[in-house]
Amino acid sequence: MDVLTDNFSLYGKGFLGTVELTVYASALALVLGFVMAAFRVAPVGSFRVFGAAWVTVLRNTPLTLLFFAVMLGLPRFGLVLPFELFAVLALGCYTSAFICEALRSGINTVPRGQGEAARSLGMTFAQTLGTVVLPQAFRSVIPPIGSTLIALAKNSAIAGAFSVTELLGTYKTLSELGYSIIWTFVWIAVGYLLITLTISVLFNVLEKRWGVAR
Amino acid sequence: MTSATALYDVPGPRARRRHLLYGLLSTLVILALAGWILYLLFDTGQFTSTKWSPFAYEGIQELLLTGLGNTLKAFAYASVLSLALGAVLATGRLSEHRVLRWLATLVVEFFRAMPVLVMIFFIFVALKVQPLPALVAGLTLYNGSVLAEVFRAGVHSVARGQGEAAYALGMRKTQVMTYVLVPQAVRAMLPAIISQLVVALKDTSLGFLITYEEFLHAGKLIASNLDYDLPFIPVVLVVSPIYIGMCMLLSWFATWVARRERRNPKTRAVDVAPAEQGTVLPGRE
Repeated sequence: MDVLTDNFSLYGKGFLGTVELTVYASALALVLGFVMAAFRVAPVGSFRVFGAAWVTVLRNTPLTLLFFAVMLGLPRFGLVLPFELFAVLALGCYTSAFICEALRSGINTVPRGQGEAARSLGMTFAQTLGTVVLPQAFRSVIPPIGSTLIALAKNSAIAGAFSVTELLGTYKTLSELGYSIIWTFVWIAVGYLLITLTISVLFNVLEKRWGVAR
Repeated sequence: MTSATALYDVPGPRARRRHLLYGLLSTLVILALAGWILYLLFDTGQFTSTKWSPFAYEGIQELLLTGLGNTLKAFAYASVLSLALGAVLATGRLSEHRVLRWLATLVVEFFRAMPVLVMIFFIFVALKVQPLPALVAGLTLYNGSVLAEVFRAGVHSVARGQGEAAYALGMRKTQVMTYVLVPQAVRAMLPAIISQLVVALKDTSLGFLITYEEFLHAGKLIASNLDYDLPFIPVVLVVSPIYIGMCMLLSWFATWVARRERRNPKTRAVDVAPAEQGTVLPGRE
């Protein structure tokens, strides 16, 4: 029980590390995912192919393999960055593929008639997109984005195994200090539950506020 | 694709010409990027014969194949066990006994909210289990819980009248489940189930982190060999297409099953799930 109180700063550091990793990677994933989704629905063929390839490859890549390739592979090209940045890059790119698919299926749920009606009222492309299509797509996209970001938070644990400071990695130091391993893990689990439940609550609120009324 | 979206009209001749121009320009940019990466690979000497020579040795080929076999072994155990666990937990969640339902809900929600890696490390480090059972147990707990939700969603997605009709014929709950609801639910959820197995296959690579001698582990062994000038990039270039290819095959299989089941008259009373991983938020019905 005293594992937590004795090592509060260590746990705190790990917890903040996980939160930071999650926040930065989420931001990268959302931006990249949005760009890729735009590519996937673009009228230009080569963009569509590029987006589709990006999604297909990354969705079928084991995250450990991606971490392995990014963390240990990119330095061979003379690209030396802090481990945290590599981790954000790997996590963000991986998750962007899932975000992209969520956004794309959100756009596809908007009935065609909506866009056609908007255009026949004389709206420009930007108006159609900004006031008719995207607001509707946004509503149906909240739950899948939420579960994707929860998955991202959980996946960030892999970064710990590649020597990035985060929650799971704290167990090593603590077991070396001779604390009970079971309790160490209980508190790690509590930390992760805290993060995933926070995201879950946040997206449930968003969904209640903005989601599609059923 | 163009006709299926609300985003823009079918392009006219001028727009088509413009799109063609954009297409050509962007293709050039993408090709230039690919060329630049290829140049970097050559420039940093990734295609020297020393770096690729290990793959010519039989011992190393066997090492890789054993690793691949171990990966598939972990995947086979994990998928069978998680399907079984998923069925048990789904039965619990659909039970009419409140205690059983709450217990199953607690288990499912807990293991869905936990990172798989934390479970695997807990079993490996705290319970001091061998790498393979630890990996399989962790994957089973996680994927079993997710599959339980998939099964449950499947049973709920069968049209209401089906169950009602069965009850009206005097069937018991078990009979309604086994003869009417579950067969249709499994058909509807087959694509989602296979997609979840893709997740299990991808996550077998976590075994690498607990020193299970799987595919990536074999790759790491070769990559850290000084005799071959640390052939790291060649190993990635060999290992990743095989890994990604296996997962892609399984994903495509899921999509194929989804398309097939949608045409099947036996799925008329259910919506066939798309070949995607579950997107149900934890803590929500």
